[in-house]
Order: sequence, then structure tokens, then C-alpha cells
Amino acid sequence: MDRADTSARIADLIAPFNKKGIIITDAVTFAGDLEWDSLTVMDFVAAIEDEFDIIISMNQQAEIETYGQLVDAVTRLRG
Amino acid sequence: MTMTDAETLATDLFSKFDPLIEQRRALLSTGITDPFNLVMEKVLSPTVAVCNGRETILLGTYNYMGMTFDPDVVAAGKLALDEFGSGTTGSRVLNGTYAGHRAVEDALREFYGFDHAMVFSTGYQANLGIISTIAGKGDYIVLDIDSHASIWDGCKMGDAEVVPFKHNDIEAMEKRLRRIPAGAGKLVILEGVYSMLGDIAPLKEMIAVAKAHGAMVLVDEAHSMGFIGPNGRGVAEDQGVLDQVDFVIGTFSKSVGTVGGFCVSNHPKFEILRLVCRPYVFTASLPPSVVHTAATSIRKLMHAGNKRAHLWENSLTLHAGLTARGFTLGTKTPQSAIISVIMPDLERGAMMWEALLHEGLYVNLARPPATPAGMTLLRCSLCAEHSAEQVQTIIGMFERAGAAVGII
Repeated sequence: MDRADTSARIADLIAPFNKKGIIITDAVTFAGDLEWDSLTVMDFVAAIEDEFDIIISMNQQAEIETYGQLVDAVTRLRG
Repeated sequence: MTMTDAETLATDLFSKFDPLIEQRRALLSTGITDPFNLVMEKVLSPTVAVCNGRETILLGTYNYMGMTFDPDVVAAGKLALDEFGSGTTGSRVLNGTYAGHRAVEDALREFYGFDHAMVFSTGYQANLGIISTIAGKGDYIVLDIDSHASIWDGCKMGDAEVVPFKHNDIEAMEKRLRRIPAGAGKLVILEGVYSMLGDIAPLKEMIAVAKAHGAMVLVDEAHSMGFIGPNGRGVAEDQGVLDQVDFVIGTFSKSVGTVGGFCVSNHPKFEILRLVCRPYVFTASLPPSVVHTAATSIRKLMHAGNKRAHLWENSLTLHAGLTARGFTLGTKTPQSAIISVIMPDLERGAMMWEALLHEGLYVNLARPPATPAGMTLLRCSLCAEHSAEQVQTIIGMFERAGAAVGII
């Protein structure tokens, strides 16, 4: 699967968590722009993990600050 | 070269605490008593102390079994002070293992019926040491999101991949275990009682899932030891799965009534941890008086069935009484000796805490990040030494304070 496909599926998953209706670009940050707290992050990560049947450990999450980094990480984890 | 004010501000390492400093300033500017700075001027018994010159019922001490003033326990500590001195001044692996350290580890082995017991200087260090040492690079830790700070810090100190799951969610845990790459070591970390809301874990089901996926299981029974289970061994014993637990973590600072932490295990190679576990090696061991009080207390807790029964009565009575008076509690039914009262926000939580203190009652005010979902809680922990009359008095204090603050 390519990056565009991964990005499209993540964009669908992000919608219910995007309460402020922020326009999603690769540069959007989860903590800063979307203002997610730790519980929202956990629920969103669980949704991504279930969709792609992968694990994103907290160690990996620490390296992911933007939407673009998440798409890259998921693309890589799907192999 | 001198820095400008702006540069000083930008490089002040304490700038990161500014939001918390401001929150505290705003709260205390209302004239409220600082809930995190209370002094116990005198302690009269496991359930009564003097605070601000006023006799106060203690309902937030984790002193579940009321062992702190047990005459045998106190006598053992005094004797040890006379015979072994005030401290060991050394690590367990050098000059810091006295007869008392061996005695308390023997008592723990007997209490749990396990082969090995290792005593740390605090419960925090027990989790820090065991978790960071046994789960290493390439291993996976799967843990409940509501785990205690000492568990998270143990994860952070080690090199394993850390994978949390939704609180007490068996399916979420199973999914994560299933996705771990083949061949990786796995450690599942659970707690018997989660101390913020006082709810228990479905250990029987969760441990079965963990074992089906080849994981080792660590259960923190800090808040259940001495009280839950036919022999007070904890929630795993109560649910009939203690023999499936690879590592039980516990503390002396709750039911045992002093300070210290431990891990018991049946793993045949367990003893090697004494040489490789840094929070065990690189700190001074517990003072002789502490380990002798702990050993005496643990042995008495083996035969404390009547106290366990009375503590359950107290928990049932308080839970029913507060529910009937309109308070929102952390659990629908009483599951442990912790009854958590959910407050609408930090401001009213602090007001209620102060109103209770003026009534002559001490409870814990708990707030984020210690609490789940950003909640403010008034956490009550009952003691087997609370009399039935004291529990009724407590319910009356809550009713008056709750009405005064406008929470019920």
C-alpha cells in the first residue's frame, strides 16, 4: 500500500476526533493544532492500530508530532 | 556578559512549571487551606490525628489494616532499634542486609506461598526496578493506561517498547498482544485495585489472555494486600489465579503499616535480580526497625480474617451511605477499601476538601495527572480500625459539607 492510500484512510479516522474542524495537512500537529489531550491520543492511536492491524508503541509515538510524520510511520509499519 | 530579562526567562528551567504555579496561586488566593500541605501534628491512632489543633478522623491514609499502632509491631521496631541501631548505611548487596531483611523476605514468602521475595526501600522502587530490569530492548510491555506512576516510570527507565491499552479492556489488551512480532519477549502489567477510583481488574480473564499469548504477568497488589482474598494475598488470590502471576509487586506502606516495597515470584532465576536491578543495588536498605515492624505485621496479617470482614463492612456502609446522600462515586458497587467521590471540578473539590477538614475529616484530594480522564476526586480509604460509629459520623460529615458547598 502506498502513502496516499494510507493518508486517505487516516484522514477518515481523524474526522471524529477533529472537534475544531482543523484543515488536515502534513504539517498539522496533534498537541499544538488539534489540542488533543492524552486520552484523545490514546483513543485515536487505538483506532489507527485497529484499522491497519499494527502497534504504534509509546516509544514510536514520542517521535510523531505531525500528521505527516504519522502517515510516514504507519506506511513504514505496514511494511 | 549579562543576560536580558527576556533571555533569563527563556532559559529558566522552571518556566515549564508556570501553568501549575499559576493554577496553585489562583486556588490559594481564594483563601482556601492548601490541600497538599497539611501537617499531622499528633497521630493518636490509625484512624485519628490532630491537624491544625483539631482532632481529625483519618479517611485517606491507605492504612487499611490499622497496623501502625499494633503493640506487637511497635515493640518489634523498638527492639530492633536497640539491637541493630537506627540504620544500615548500606546497599542490600554490600553491608545492608541484616537479619531483619532476611526475616521480612521469609515472612513474604510464607504470606504469598511463593519461592522468592525481594525487598526494596519503597514500593515505587520495586516497580521501577523490576520493570526496567526484566523488560529490555526488543521486549514489549503491554499495560493498562491507568497504571500507577511508578509503573510508567519503570517503563520509561527501561528500553522495552511500551504499549498501553484502555483501562480494564480485555479485548484491547488481546489485540495488542496479538500484534507483537513473533519471538519478542512480552510483559503484561496489571493492578489488582486501581487506587484512583477503587475499582478492581478482571484478572482471571486478563491473565488467561496474557498466558495464551506467551506473556509473563506482573500484578501490582499494593492496594489489596492484607485485605482482599481469603488470605489477604490480593485480587489475584480472590479470583483464583495467583499461581498464574509471575511477579507480584507490593508495598509495606499500606496494609503493612510502614514503608518499603517488594516483589515475590516463583521464577527459578529470580535471585539474579539482586545483582542486576539498579534501584535495588544502588540505594541504602531499609532501617532495621522498619524491616522488623514489617515482618511482624505481615505475619499478623496472615491471621486477620476478622479485621478483613470488618473492613468490608465499613466499605459497604460508606459506599451505601454516600450513594444514598446523592454523591457520585467512582464505582457502582464497593470493590475495595477505596471509595472515591467524584467532584465537579478542582475548585469545588478543594472547597469540599476544606469543608470536610473543618468538620474534622481528612480525605485525599486527587487531581490530574494522577487521576484518569481529568477528574477531581475526594478519595476515601477505609481502615479495619474505623468503628461502625466512626463510619456513621463520616457519612454525616460528608452530608453537611456537601450541602454547604452545594455538591449534593
